[in-house]
Amino acid sequence: MRADLELIYDWVPQGAHVLDLACGDGALLERLAQEKNVTGYGLEIDPDGITQCVARGVNVIEHNLDDGLGSFCDNSYDQVIMTQALQALRRPDKMLDEMLRVAEEGIITFPNFAYWRHRIHLGLRGYMPVSKSLPHAWYDTPNIHLSTFNDFEHLCREKGLVIVDRAVGVGDHKGHWTSKWWPNLFGEIAIFRVRRR
Amino acid sequence: MPDSDTLTFVDRPADSVGLVTPHVAKFDTPLPLACGKVLPEYELIYETYGTLNAERSNAVLICHALSGHHHAAGYHGDEDRKPGWWDAHIGPGKSIDTNRFFVVSLNNLGGCHGSTGPVSHNPETGRQWGPDFPMVTVSDWVASQARLADQLGIERWAAAVGGSLGGMQVLQWTMTYPERVANAVVIAATPRLSAQNIAFNEVARQAIRSDPEFFGGWYAEHDTVPKRGLKLARMVGHITYLSEDAMGSKFGRDLRSNDLNFGFDVEFQVESYLRYQGDTFSTAFDANTYLLMTKALDYFDPAATQAGDLASALAPAKCPFLVVSFTTDWRFPPSRSRELVDALTRAGKSVSYANIDSPHGHDAFLLPEPRYHALFSAFMTRIARELNIEETAREETL
Repeated sequence: MRADLELIYDWVPQGAHVLDLACGDGALLERLAQEKNVTGYGLEIDPDGITQCVARGVNVIEHNLDDGLGSFCDNSYDQVIMTQALQALRRPDKMLDEMLRVAEEGIITFPNFAYWRHRIHLGLRGYMPVSKSLPHAWYDTPNIHLSTFNDFEHLCREKGLVIVDRAVGVGDHKGHWTSKWWPNLFGEIAIFRVRRR
Repeated sequence: MPDSDTLTFVDRPADSVGLVTPHVAKFDTPLPLACGKVLPEYELIYETYGTLNAERSNAVLICHALSGHHHAAGYHGDEDRKPGWWDAHIGPGKSIDTNRFFVVSLNNLGGCHGSTGPVSHNPETGRQWGPDFPMVTVSDWVASQARLADQLGIERWAAAVGGSLGGMQVLQWTMTYPERVANAVVIAATPRLSAQNIAFNEVARQAIRSDPEFFGGWYAEHDTVPKRGLKLARMVGHITYLSEDAMGSKFGRDLRSNDLNFGFDVEFQVESYLRYQGDTFSTAFDANTYLLMTKALDYFDPAATQAGDLASALAPAKCPFLVVSFTTDWRFPPSRSRELVDALTRAGKSVSYANIDSPHGHDAFLLPEPRYHALFSAFMTRIARELNIEETAREETL
Protein backbone atom coordinates (compact mmCIF):
# COMPACT_ATOMS: atom_id res chain seq x y z
CA MET A 1 0.00 0.00 0.00
CA ARG A 2 1.05 3.62 -0.59
CA ALA A 3 2.89 5.29 2.31
CA ASP A 4 0.06 7.74 3.04
CA LEU A 5 -2.43 4.86 3.09
CA GLU A 6 -0.28 2.97 5.65
CA LEU A 7 -0.49 5.94 8.00
CA ILE A 8 -4.22 6.36 7.49
CA TYR A 9 -4.72 2.66 8.16
CA ASP A 10 -3.45 3.21 11.70
CA TRP A 11 -5.77 6.18 12.24
CA VAL A 12 -9.00 4.37 11.37
CA PRO A 13 -10.54 2.77 14.47
CA GLN A 14 -11.71 -0.83 14.64
CA GLY A 15 -15.23 -1.32 13.23
CA ALA A 16 -15.57 2.26 11.96
CA HIS A 17 -18.11 3.21 9.27
CA VAL A 18 -16.18 5.24 6.71
CA LEU A 19 -16.51 7.03 3.41
CA ASP A 20 -13.37 6.95 1.27
CA LEU A 21 -13.45 9.79 -1.26
CA ALA A 22 -11.42 9.00 -4.39
CA CYS A 23 -10.85 5.45 -3.20
CA GLY A 24 -8.94 4.39 -6.33
CA ASP A 25 -8.67 0.61 -6.64
CA GLY A 26 -10.09 0.08 -3.15
CA ALA A 27 -6.86 -1.29 -1.59
CA LEU A 28 -7.26 0.72 1.63
CA LEU A 29 -10.93 -0.17 2.15
CA GLU A 30 -10.25 -3.83 1.41
CA ARG A 31 -7.54 -4.04 4.08
CA LEU A 32 -9.60 -2.04 6.57
CA ALA A 33 -12.55 -4.38 6.03
CA GLN A 34 -10.45 -7.54 6.33
CA GLU A 35 -8.29 -6.56 9.27
CA LYS A 36 -10.28 -3.95 11.17
CA ASN A 37 -13.90 -4.85 10.39
CA VAL A 38 -14.41 -1.43 8.85
CA THR A 39 -17.58 -0.88 6.76
CA GLY A 40 -18.54 1.83 4.31
CA TYR A 41 -18.19 2.96 0.74
CA GLY A 42 -15.59 4.27 -1.61
CA LEU A 43 -16.44 7.06 -4.05
CA GLU A 44 -14.58 7.02 -7.33
CA ILE A 45 -14.91 8.44 -10.81
CA ASP A 46 -12.32 6.38 -12.69
CA PRO A 47 -13.93 3.41 -14.53
CA ASP A 48 -10.93 1.10 -14.02
CA GLY A 49 -10.75 1.95 -10.33
CA ILE A 50 -14.46 1.17 -9.98
CA THR A 51 -14.08 -2.21 -11.70
CA GLN A 52 -11.07 -3.07 -9.51
CA CYS A 53 -13.07 -2.21 -6.37
CA VAL A 54 -15.96 -4.42 -7.54
CA ALA A 55 -13.52 -7.26 -8.27
CA ARG A 56 -12.14 -6.96 -4.72
CA GLY A 57 -15.62 -6.91 -3.23
CA VAL A 58 -15.18 -3.31 -2.04
CA ASN A 59 -18.35 -1.19 -2.13
CA VAL A 60 -17.76 1.62 -4.59
CA ILE A 61 -20.07 4.30 -5.89
CA GLU A 62 -19.40 6.24 -9.06
CA HIS A 63 -19.47 9.84 -7.93
CA ASN A 64 -17.93 13.14 -8.96
CA LEU A 65 -16.63 14.81 -5.78
CA ASP A 66 -17.19 18.25 -7.30
CA ASP A 67 -20.92 17.47 -6.95
CA GLY A 68 -20.46 17.54 -3.15
CA LEU A 69 -21.71 14.93 -0.71
CA GLY A 70 -25.37 15.99 -0.78
CA SER A 71 -26.62 12.41 -1.00
CA PHE A 72 -24.99 11.52 2.34
CA CYS A 73 -26.73 12.45 5.59
CA ASP A 74 -25.23 14.49 8.46
CA ASN A 75 -23.17 12.42 10.90
CA SER A 76 -23.85 9.22 9.01
CA TYR A 77 -20.20 8.07 9.09
CA ASP A 78 -17.46 7.85 11.70
CA GLN A 79 -14.75 9.09 9.37
CA VAL A 80 -14.44 10.51 5.88
CA ILE A 81 -11.10 9.84 4.20
CA MET A 82 -9.87 11.71 1.16
CA THR A 83 -6.47 10.83 -0.25
CA GLN A 84 -4.75 12.81 -2.99
CA ALA A 85 -7.92 14.47 -4.27
CA LEU A 86 -8.12 17.79 -2.37
CA GLN A 87 -5.87 19.52 -4.90
CA ALA A 88 -8.03 18.41 -7.85
CA LEU A 89 -11.33 19.74 -6.50
CA ARG A 90 -13.03 22.92 -7.64
CA ARG A 91 -13.61 24.06 -4.04
CA PRO A 92 -11.42 22.19 -1.54
CA ASP A 93 -12.65 24.38 1.33
CA LYS A 94 -16.29 23.47 0.68
CA MET A 95 -15.37 19.77 0.51
CA LEU A 96 -13.74 20.06 3.92
CA ASP A 97 -17.03 21.44 5.26
CA GLU A 98 -18.93 18.60 3.59
CA MET A 99 -16.60 15.94 4.99
CA LEU A 100 -17.07 17.24 8.51
CA ARG A 101 -20.82 17.47 8.06
CA VAL A 102 -21.06 13.79 7.13
CA ALA A 103 -18.60 12.62 9.81
CA GLU A 104 -17.04 14.06 12.93
CA GLU A 105 -13.54 13.28 11.76
CA GLY A 106 -11.77 13.62 8.45
CA ILE A 107 -8.45 12.35 7.13
CA ILE A 108 -6.95 14.27 4.23
CA THR A 109 -3.78 13.76 2.23
CA PHE A 110 -2.41 15.95 -0.56
CA PRO A 111 0.93 16.75 -2.24
CA ASN A 112 2.81 19.46 -0.32
CA PHE A 113 3.68 22.15 -2.82
CA ALA A 114 6.31 23.60 -0.44
CA TYR A 115 8.37 20.36 -0.46
CA TRP A 116 12.03 21.30 -0.95
CA ARG A 117 12.30 19.59 -4.34
CA HIS A 118 9.24 21.51 -5.56
CA ARG A 119 10.84 24.73 -4.26
CA ILE A 120 14.04 24.02 -6.20
CA HIS A 121 12.02 23.44 -9.38
CA LEU A 122 10.23 26.73 -9.04
CA GLY A 123 12.65 28.88 -7.03
CA LEU A 124 15.96 28.02 -8.65
CA ARG A 125 15.09 26.55 -12.03
CA GLY A 126 11.99 28.64 -12.65
CA TYR A 127 9.75 25.80 -13.76
CA MET A 128 6.49 24.47 -12.33
CA PRO A 129 7.44 21.46 -10.19
CA VAL A 130 7.17 17.97 -11.62
CA SER A 131 7.83 15.14 -9.18
CA LYS A 132 6.62 11.74 -8.07
CA SER A 133 3.76 13.35 -6.13
CA LEU A 134 3.08 15.94 -8.87
CA PRO A 135 3.72 13.98 -12.06
CA HIS A 136 1.81 16.18 -14.51
CA ALA A 137 2.87 19.07 -16.71
CA TRP A 138 1.30 22.47 -15.88
CA TYR A 139 -1.01 22.33 -18.89
CA ASP A 140 -2.59 18.92 -18.34
CA THR A 141 -2.56 18.59 -14.58
CA PRO A 142 -5.82 17.73 -12.81
CA ASN A 143 -4.34 19.51 -9.76
CA ILE A 144 -5.96 22.92 -9.89
CA HIS A 145 -5.63 23.90 -6.21
CA LEU A 146 -2.09 23.20 -5.08
CA SER A 147 -1.34 24.10 -1.49
CA THR A 148 1.26 23.62 1.21
CA PHE A 149 1.35 21.97 4.58
CA ASN A 150 1.18 25.45 6.14
CA ASP A 151 -1.69 26.57 3.90
CA PHE A 152 -3.85 23.68 5.01
CA GLU A 153 -3.11 24.29 8.70
CA HIS A 154 -4.09 27.88 8.15
CA LEU A 155 -7.40 26.86 6.53
CA CYS A 156 -8.17 24.51 9.43
CA ARG A 157 -7.47 27.32 11.93
CA GLU A 158 -9.74 29.67 9.99
CA LYS A 159 -12.52 27.10 10.03
CA GLY A 160 -11.97 26.45 13.72
CA LEU A 161 -11.13 22.80 13.20
CA VAL A 162 -9.06 20.69 15.57
CA ILE A 163 -5.97 19.09 14.04
CA VAL A 164 -5.85 15.74 15.83
CA ASP A 165 -2.80 14.43 13.99
CA ARG A 166 -0.52 15.51 11.20
CA ALA A 167 2.20 13.68 9.41
CA VAL A 168 4.14 13.71 6.21
CA GLY A 169 5.22 11.08 3.76
CA VAL A 170 8.37 11.21 1.66
CA GLY A 171 8.60 8.95 -1.34
CA ASP A 172 7.45 5.47 -0.36
CA HIS A 173 8.26 5.89 3.32
CA LYS A 174 6.87 7.67 6.30
CA GLY A 175 8.68 10.94 6.97
CA HIS A 176 12.36 11.19 7.95
CA TRP A 177 13.15 13.08 11.20
CA THR A 178 13.80 16.22 9.18
CA SER A 179 10.24 16.16 7.89
CA LYS A 180 8.94 15.85 11.46
CA TRP A 181 10.66 19.06 12.46
CA TRP A 182 10.14 20.98 9.24
CA PRO A 183 7.15 19.33 7.57
CA ASN A 184 6.46 22.22 5.24
CA LEU A 185 9.96 21.88 3.79
CA PHE A 186 10.71 18.17 3.99
CA GLY A 187 7.27 16.58 3.65
CA GLU A 188 6.33 15.49 0.14
CA ILE A 189 2.82 14.31 1.09
CA ALA A 190 0.85 16.13 3.77
CA ILE A 191 -1.43 14.00 5.94
CA PHE A 192 -3.95 15.55 8.31
CA ARG A 193 -6.54 14.20 10.69
CA VAL A 194 -9.04 16.88 11.63
CA ARG A 195 -12.18 17.13 13.72
CA ARG A 196 -15.04 19.54 14.29
CA ARG A 197 -14.64 21.54 17.47
CA MET B 1 -31.11 -32.37 -10.94
CA PRO B 2 -31.88 -30.37 -14.07
CA ASP B 3 -29.26 -30.88 -16.71
CA SER B 4 -27.85 -28.27 -18.94
CA ASP B 5 -29.98 -27.45 -21.95
CA THR B 6 -26.92 -26.61 -23.96
CA LEU B 7 -25.82 -28.83 -26.80
CA THR B 8 -22.70 -28.59 -28.86
CA PHE B 9 -23.45 -26.82 -32.09
CA VAL B 10 -20.66 -26.31 -34.55
CA ASP B 11 -21.99 -23.41 -36.63
CA ARG B 12 -22.57 -21.05 -33.72
CA PRO B 13 -19.97 -18.75 -32.10
CA ALA B 14 -17.77 -20.48 -29.49
CA ASP B 15 -19.10 -18.20 -26.75
CA SER B 16 -22.72 -19.16 -27.40
CA VAL B 17 -24.62 -21.54 -25.16
CA GLY B 18 -25.68 -23.20 -28.44
CA LEU B 19 -29.03 -24.86 -29.06
CA VAL B 20 -31.48 -24.66 -26.18
CA THR B 21 -34.89 -26.19 -25.49
CA PRO B 22 -37.44 -24.55 -23.20
CA HIS B 23 -39.04 -26.45 -20.31
CA VAL B 24 -42.48 -25.99 -18.77
CA ALA B 25 -43.05 -26.11 -15.02
CA LYS B 26 -46.63 -26.79 -13.85
CA PHE B 27 -48.00 -25.45 -10.57
CA ASP B 28 -51.31 -26.56 -9.09
CA THR B 29 -51.07 -24.76 -5.76
CA PRO B 30 -53.23 -21.61 -6.13
CA LEU B 31 -51.25 -18.36 -6.25
CA PRO B 32 -52.84 -15.44 -4.37
CA LEU B 33 -52.22 -12.19 -6.25
CA ALA B 34 -51.79 -8.61 -5.04
CA CYS B 35 -55.04 -7.60 -6.80
CA GLY B 36 -56.99 -9.93 -4.51
CA LYS B 37 -57.66 -12.61 -7.10
CA VAL B 38 -56.21 -16.10 -7.01
CA LEU B 39 -54.64 -17.95 -9.92
CA PRO B 40 -55.81 -21.55 -9.36
CA GLU B 41 -53.10 -23.18 -11.48
CA TYR B 42 -50.46 -21.98 -13.87
CA GLU B 43 -47.44 -22.87 -15.95
CA LEU B 44 -44.10 -21.13 -16.33
CA ILE B 45 -41.92 -21.66 -19.37
CA TYR B 46 -38.19 -21.39 -18.74
CA GLU B 47 -34.77 -22.16 -20.15
CA THR B 48 -31.54 -23.04 -18.38
CA TYR B 49 -27.95 -22.59 -19.47
CA GLY B 50 -24.91 -24.17 -17.83
CA THR B 51 -24.94 -26.91 -15.19
CA LEU B 52 -26.32 -26.84 -11.66
CA ASN B 53 -23.52 -27.93 -9.33
CA ALA B 54 -23.88 -30.60 -6.66
CA GLU B 55 -24.20 -27.97 -3.89
CA ARG B 56 -26.90 -26.16 -5.94
CA SER B 57 -25.06 -22.97 -5.14
CA ASN B 58 -24.36 -21.62 -8.64
CA ALA B 59 -27.86 -20.74 -9.88
CA VAL B 60 -28.48 -17.30 -11.38
CA LEU B 61 -31.99 -16.00 -12.01
CA ILE B 62 -32.60 -13.76 -15.02
CA CYS B 63 -35.65 -11.49 -14.76
CA HIS B 64 -36.92 -10.09 -18.05
CA ALA B 65 -38.09 -6.62 -19.02
CA LEU B 66 -41.37 -5.35 -20.50
CA SER B 67 -41.39 -7.28 -23.76
CA GLY B 68 -38.86 -9.95 -22.80
CA HIS B 69 -39.30 -13.67 -22.30
CA HIS B 70 -37.55 -16.89 -21.28
CA HIS B 71 -35.32 -17.12 -24.36
CA ALA B 72 -32.37 -15.09 -23.07
CA ALA B 73 -29.45 -16.91 -24.71
CA GLY B 74 -28.56 -19.40 -27.42
CA TYR B 75 -30.67 -20.58 -30.35
CA HIS B 76 -33.87 -22.62 -30.66
CA GLY B 77 -33.05 -24.08 -34.04
CA ASP B 78 -30.78 -24.05 -37.04
CA GLU B 79 -32.99 -21.53 -38.80
CA ASP B 80 -32.71 -18.99 -35.91
CA ARG B 81 -30.83 -15.99 -37.17
CA LYS B 82 -30.84 -14.14 -33.85
CA PRO B 83 -29.88 -15.58 -30.45
CA GLY B 84 -31.79 -14.93 -27.19
CA TRP B 85 -32.31 -11.34 -26.05
CA TRP B 86 -29.37 -11.24 -23.59
CA ASP B 87 -26.93 -13.42 -25.49
CA ALA B 88 -24.38 -10.58 -25.28
CA HIS B 89 -24.04 -11.26 -21.54
CA ILE B 90 -24.90 -14.94 -21.02
CA GLY B 91 -22.58 -17.66 -22.30
CA PRO B 92 -19.19 -19.30 -21.85
CA GLY B 93 -16.72 -16.57 -20.82
CA LYS B 94 -19.38 -13.83 -20.92
CA SER B 95 -20.43 -11.56 -18.01
CA ILE B 96 -22.66 -14.35 -16.70
CA ASP B 97 -20.27 -17.20 -17.42
CA THR B 98 -22.15 -20.42 -18.08
CA ASN B 99 -18.93 -22.35 -17.42
CA ARG B 100 -19.50 -21.43 -13.78
CA PHE B 101 -23.12 -20.51 -13.36
CA PHE B 102 -26.40 -22.34 -13.92
CA VAL B 103 -28.67 -19.72 -15.44
CA VAL B 104 -32.47 -19.86 -15.17
CA SER B 105 -34.53 -17.57 -17.39
CA LEU B 106 -38.32 -17.65 -17.40
CA ASN B 107 -41.28 -15.96 -19.03
CA ASN B 108 -43.32 -14.16 -16.38
CA LEU B 109 -46.95 -14.84 -15.56
CA GLY B 110 -49.21 -12.85 -17.85
CA GLY B 111 -46.66 -13.21 -20.64
CA CYS B 112 -47.39 -14.38 -24.15
CA HIS B 113 -44.44 -16.67 -24.83
CA GLY B 114 -45.56 -19.86 -23.11
CA SER B 115 -46.21 -19.02 -19.46
CA THR B 116 -49.81 -18.76 -18.31
CA GLY B 117 -51.23 -15.46 -19.50
CA PRO B 118 -54.08 -13.84 -21.42
CA VAL B 119 -53.58 -16.16 -24.42
CA SER B 120 -53.87 -19.27 -22.19
CA HIS B 121 -57.00 -21.29 -21.59
CA ASN B 122 -59.05 -20.26 -18.52
CA PRO B 123 -60.07 -23.53 -16.81
CA GLU B 124 -63.08 -21.89 -15.14
CA THR B 125 -64.74 -20.53 -18.28
CA GLY B 126 -63.37 -22.75 -20.99
CA ARG B 127 -62.50 -19.64 -23.00
CA GLN B 128 -59.18 -17.93 -23.44
CA TRP B 129 -58.32 -15.73 -20.44
CA GLY B 130 -58.10 -12.62 -22.64
CA PRO B 131 -58.85 -9.45 -20.68
CA ASP B 132 -60.08 -11.58 -17.73
CA PHE B 133 -56.52 -12.52 -16.87
CA PRO B 134 -55.90 -10.99 -13.45
CA MET B 135 -53.59 -8.00 -13.07
CA VAL B 136 -50.18 -9.27 -11.97
CA THR B 137 -47.59 -7.22 -10.11
CA VAL B 138 -43.84 -7.44 -9.63
CA SER B 139 -44.46 -9.07 -6.22
CA ASP B 140 -46.69 -11.71 -7.83
CA TRP B 141 -43.99 -12.49 -10.36
CA VAL B 142 -41.38 -12.85 -7.64
CA ALA B 143 -43.67 -15.17 -5.68
CA SER B 144 -44.14 -17.34 -8.78
CA GLN B 145 -40.39 -17.29 -9.47
CA ALA B 146 -39.77 -18.49 -5.91
CA ARG B 147 -42.03 -21.47 -6.57
CA LEU B 148 -40.07 -22.23 -9.72
CA ALA B 149 -36.88 -22.11 -7.63
CA ASP B 150 -38.48 -24.59 -5.19
CA GLN B 151 -39.33 -26.90 -8.03
CA LEU B 152 -35.76 -26.72 -9.38
CA GLY B 153 -34.37 -27.40 -5.90
CA ILE B 154 -32.70 -24.00 -5.68
CA GLU B 155 -32.76 -22.75 -2.11
CA ARG B 156 -30.78 -19.59 -2.79
CA TRP B 157 -29.79 -17.80 -5.99
CA ALA B 158 -26.08 -16.99 -6.29
CA ALA B 159 -27.44 -13.89 -7.99
CA ALA B 160 -30.72 -12.46 -9.20
CA VAL B 161 -30.10 -10.31 -12.26
CA GLY B 162 -32.32 -8.04 -14.32
CA GLY B 163 -32.46 -4.93 -16.46
CA SER B 164 -35.27 -2.35 -16.52
CA LEU B 165 -38.49 -4.02 -15.29
CA GLY B 166 -36.27 -7.06 -14.63
CA GLY B 167 -34.22 -4.95 -12.20
CA MET B 168 -37.41 -4.15 -10.29
CA GLN B 169 -38.09 -7.87 -9.85
CA VAL B 170 -34.56 -8.28 -8.50
CA LEU B 171 -35.20 -5.49 -6.00
CA GLN B 172 -38.44 -7.19 -4.95
CA TRP B 173 -36.58 -10.47 -4.44
CA THR B 174 -34.14 -8.83 -2.00
CA MET B 175 -37.03 -7.45 0.04
CA THR B 176 -39.42 -10.44 -0.05
CA TYR B 177 -36.92 -13.30 0.09
CA PRO B 178 -33.71 -11.80 1.52
CA GLU B 179 -32.45 -15.26 2.55
CA ARG B 180 -32.84 -16.62 -0.96
CA VAL B 181 -30.71 -14.07 -2.87
CA ALA B 182 -26.95 -14.05 -2.31
CA ASN B 183 -26.37 -11.12 -4.71
CA ALA B 184 -28.47 -8.67 -6.69
CA VAL B 185 -27.70 -7.01 -10.02
CA VAL B 186 -30.06 -4.15 -10.88
CA ILE B 187 -29.42 -2.62 -14.29
CA ALA B 188 -31.02 0.44 -15.92
CA ALA B 189 -33.90 0.27 -13.47
CA THR B 190 -35.71 2.61 -11.11
CA PRO B 191 -37.26 2.21 -7.65
CA ARG B 192 -40.52 3.56 -9.11
CA LEU B 193 -41.83 5.10 -12.30
CA SER B 194 -41.99 8.86 -12.71
CA ALA B 195 -45.13 10.66 -13.85
CA GLN B 196 -43.53 10.91 -17.30
CA ASN B 197 -42.88 7.14 -17.40
CA ILE B 198 -46.51 6.42 -16.47
CA ALA B 199 -47.66 8.96 -19.05
CA PHE B 200 -45.78 7.14 -21.84
CA ASN B 201 -47.28 3.83 -20.70
CA GLU B 202 -50.75 5.34 -20.73
CA VAL B 203 -50.28 6.55 -24.32
CA ALA B 204 -49.29 3.00 -25.26
CA ARG B 205 -52.34 1.53 -23.48
CA GLN B 206 -54.72 4.04 -25.05
CA ALA B 207 -53.31 3.24 -28.48
CA ILE B 208 -54.16 -0.42 -27.93
CA ARG B 209 -57.50 0.02 -26.20
CA SER B 210 -58.82 2.52 -28.74
CA ASP B 211 -58.04 0.24 -31.70
CA PRO B 212 -61.41 -0.86 -33.17
CA GLU B 213 -59.98 -4.38 -33.40
CA PHE B 214 -59.41 -4.52 -29.63
CA PHE B 215 -63.00 -5.56 -28.78
CA GLY B 216 -62.49 -4.91 -25.08
CA GLY B 217 -59.63 -7.39 -25.09
CA TRP B 218 -61.68 -10.21 -26.72
CA TYR B 219 -60.04 -9.77 -30.13
CA ALA B 220 -59.07 -13.45 -30.31
CA GLU B 221 -62.75 -14.41 -30.27
CA HIS B 222 -63.23 -12.10 -33.22
CA ASP B 223 -60.29 -13.74 -35.02
CA THR B 224 -58.35 -10.51 -35.11
CA VAL B 225 -55.61 -8.59 -33.26
CA PRO B 226 -55.40 -4.85 -32.51
CA LYS B 227 -52.37 -4.53 -34.75
CA ARG B 228 -52.55 -0.79 -35.24
CA GLY B 229 -52.77 -0.15 -31.51
CA LEU B 230 -49.91 -2.47 -30.67
CA LYS B 231 -47.82 -0.95 -33.44
CA LEU B 232 -48.36 2.57 -32.09
CA ALA B 233 -47.66 1.40 -28.55
CA ARG B 234 -44.38 -0.12 -29.64
CA MET B 235 -43.42 2.93 -31.69
CA VAL B 236 -43.90 5.24 -28.73
CA GLY B 237 -42.09 2.79 -26.43
CA HIS B 238 -39.23 2.42 -28.84
CA ILE B 239 -38.60 6.16 -28.88
CA THR B 240 -38.06 6.04 -25.12
CA TYR B 241 -35.60 3.14 -25.42
CA LEU B 242 -33.21 5.05 -27.69
CA SER B 243 -31.33 8.22 -26.94
CA GLU B 244 -31.70 11.35 -29.03
CA ASP B 245 -28.06 10.95 -30.07
CA ALA B 246 -28.46 7.30 -31.00
CA MET B 247 -31.46 8.13 -33.18
CA GLY B 248 -29.63 11.07 -34.66
CA SER B 249 -26.53 9.12 -35.58
CA LYS B 250 -28.53 6.14 -36.86
CA PHE B 251 -31.02 8.06 -39.01
CA GLY B 252 -30.40 11.80 -38.83
CA ARG B 253 -32.81 13.44 -41.26
CA ASP B 254 -32.00 10.92 -43.96
CA LEU B 255 -34.73 10.39 -46.54
CA ARG B 256 -35.69 7.09 -48.11
CA SER B 257 -35.62 8.66 -51.58
CA ASN B 258 -33.84 11.82 -52.67
CA ASP B 259 -36.84 14.12 -52.86
CA LEU B 260 -39.61 15.24 -50.55
CA ASN B 261 -42.92 13.91 -51.80
CA PHE B 262 -45.19 16.25 -49.84
CA GLY B 263 -47.34 13.43 -48.48
CA PHE B 264 -47.79 11.28 -45.41
CA ASP B 265 -46.14 8.13 -46.64
CA VAL B 266 -42.81 7.13 -45.16
CA GLU B 267 -40.22 9.73 -46.11
CA PHE B 268 -37.65 9.88 -43.34
CA GLN B 269 -35.60 6.81 -42.46
CA VAL B 270 -36.57 7.14 -38.81
CA GLU B 271 -40.25 6.81 -39.79
CA SER B 272 -39.49 3.70 -41.76
CA TYR B 273 -37.54 2.20 -38.84
CA LEU B 274 -40.26 2.92 -36.28
CA ARG B 275 -43.00 1.53 -38.54
CA TYR B 276 -40.94 -1.59 -39.12
CA GLN B 277 -40.35 -2.06 -35.37
CA GLY B 278 -44.04 -1.51 -34.69
CA ASP B 279 -45.19 -3.88 -37.43
CA THR B 280 -42.88 -6.69 -36.32
CA PHE B 281 -43.97 -6.30 -32.72
CA SER B 282 -47.70 -6.10 -33.49
CA THR B 283 -47.75 -9.61 -34.93
CA ALA B 284 -45.42 -11.14 -32.34
CA PHE B 285 -46.78 -9.81 -29.05
CA ASP B 286 -50.15 -10.08 -27.32
CA ALA B 287 -51.98 -6.81 -26.67
CA ASN B 288 -53.48 -7.92 -23.33
CA THR B 289 -50.02 -8.95 -22.14
CA TYR B 290 -48.63 -5.57 -23.14
CA LEU B 291 -51.36 -3.85 -21.12
CA LEU B 292 -50.64 -6.04 -18.07
CA MET B 293 -46.87 -5.55 -18.23
CA THR B 294 -47.13 -1.77 -18.43
CA LYS B 295 -49.46 -1.79 -15.42
CA ALA B 296 -46.99 -3.91 -13.44
CA LEU B 297 -44.38 -1.25 -14.20
CA ASP B 298 -46.67 1.58 -13.10
CA TYR B 299 -47.67 -0.10 -9.84
CA PHE B 300 -44.15 -0.95 -8.68
CA ASP B 301 -43.30 1.31 -5.75
CA PRO B 302 -41.82 -0.50 -2.74
CA ALA B 303 -41.31 2.77 -0.84
CA ALA B 304 -45.08 3.40 -0.86
CA THR B 305 -45.54 0.88 1.97
CA GLN B 306 -43.07 2.89 4.07
CA ALA B 307 -44.49 6.39 3.60
CA GLY B 308 -42.18 6.99 0.67
CA ASP B 309 -39.01 5.99 2.51
CA LEU B 310 -37.16 3.66 0.16
CA ALA B 311 -34.36 3.03 2.69
CA SER B 312 -36.85 1.50 5.18
CA ALA B 313 -38.46 -0.52 2.40
CA LEU B 314 -35.03 -1.95 1.60
CA ALA B 315 -34.24 -2.69 5.24
CA PRO B 316 -34.92 -6.46 4.95
CA ALA B 317 -32.39 -6.87 2.09
CA LYS B 318 -29.25 -8.76 3.05
CA CYS B 319 -27.20 -9.20 -0.10
CA PRO B 320 -24.62 -7.08 -1.88
CA PHE B 321 -26.04 -5.06 -4.79
CA LEU B 322 -24.54 -3.99 -8.08
CA VAL B 323 -26.47 -1.09 -9.57
CA VAL B 324 -25.69 0.00 -13.13
CA SER B 325 -27.06 2.88 -15.20
CA PHE B 326 -26.22 4.32 -18.62
CA THR B 327 -25.41 7.98 -19.28
CA THR B 328 -27.87 8.50 -22.14
CA ASP B 329 -30.78 6.48 -20.71
CA TRP B 330 -33.66 8.94 -20.38
CA ARG B 331 -36.36 6.34 -19.73
CA PHE B 332 -34.79 5.36 -16.39
CA PRO B 333 -31.96 7.91 -16.19
CA PRO B 334 -28.85 7.57 -13.98
CA SER B 335 -30.47 9.82 -11.37
CA ARG B 336 -33.11 7.10 -10.73
CA SER B 337 -30.43 4.47 -10.16
CA ARG B 338 -28.64 6.91 -7.89
CA GLU B 339 -31.86 7.34 -5.90
CA LEU B 340 -31.81 3.59 -5.31
CA VAL B 341 -28.10 3.62 -4.44
CA ASP B 342 -28.59 6.47 -1.94
CA ALA B 343 -31.42 4.56 -0.27
CA LEU B 344 -29.21 1.47 -0.07
CA THR B 345 -26.31 3.38 1.49
CA ARG B 346 -28.69 5.04 3.95
CA ALA B 347 -29.94 1.58 4.86
CA GLY B 348 -26.30 0.50 5.32
CA LYS B 349 -26.44 -2.15 2.60
CA SER B 350 -23.53 -3.41 0.55
CA VAL B 351 -23.76 -1.66 -2.82
CA SER B 352 -21.60 -0.69 -5.76
CA TYR B 353 -22.76 1.65 -8.50
CA ALA B 354 -21.44 2.51 -11.94
CA ASN B 355 -22.81 4.86 -14.58
CA ILE B 356 -21.63 3.48 -17.91
CA ASP B 357 -20.90 5.91 -20.72
CA SER B 358 -22.97 4.68 -23.67
CA PRO B 359 -24.73 6.43 -26.56
CA HIS B 360 -27.49 3.79 -26.76
CA GLY B 361 -30.01 5.08 -24.22
CA HIS B 362 -32.11 2.58 -22.26
CA ASP B 363 -31.34 -0.20 -24.77
CA ALA B 364 -27.67 -0.06 -23.68
CA PHE B 365 -28.39 -2.66 -20.99
CA LEU B 366 -28.97 -5.27 -23.71
CA LEU B 367 -25.83 -4.48 -25.68
CA PRO B 368 -22.18 -5.46 -25.30
CA GLU B 369 -19.89 -2.64 -24.17
CA PRO B 370 -16.31 -3.12 -22.86
CA ARG B 371 -16.65 -1.26 -19.55
CA TYR B 372 -20.10 -2.75 -18.85
CA HIS B 373 -18.70 -6.22 -19.54
CA ALA B 374 -15.60 -5.70 -17.36
CA LEU B 375 -17.67 -4.43 -14.44
CA PHE B 376 -20.43 -7.04 -14.69
CA SER B 377 -17.83 -9.84 -15.07
CA ALA B 378 -15.84 -8.55 -12.10
CA PHE B 379 -18.97 -8.67 -9.93
CA MET B 380 -19.91 -12.17 -11.10
CA THR B 381 -16.33 -13.46 -10.68
CA ARG B 382 -16.27 -12.12 -7.13
CA ILE B 383 -19.53 -14.01 -6.45
CA ALA B 384 -18.02 -17.24 -7.82
CA ARG B 385 -14.95 -16.74 -5.61
CA GLU B 386 -16.93 -16.01 -2.45
CA LEU B 387 -19.37 -18.87 -2.94
CA ASN B 388 -16.57 -21.28 -3.95
CA ILE B 389 -18.18 -21.93 -7.30
CA GLU B 390 -15.88 -24.01 -9.45
CA GLU B 391 -16.06 -24.19 -13.22
CA THR B 392 -18.52 -26.92 -14.14
CA ALA B 393 -18.29 -26.94 -17.90
CA ARG B 394 -14.76 -26.06 -18.85
CA GLU B 395 -14.04 -29.30 -20.71
CA GLU B 396 -16.99 -28.63 -23.03
CA THR B 397 -15.54 -25.43 -24.38
CA LEU B 398 -11.87 -26.38 -24.57
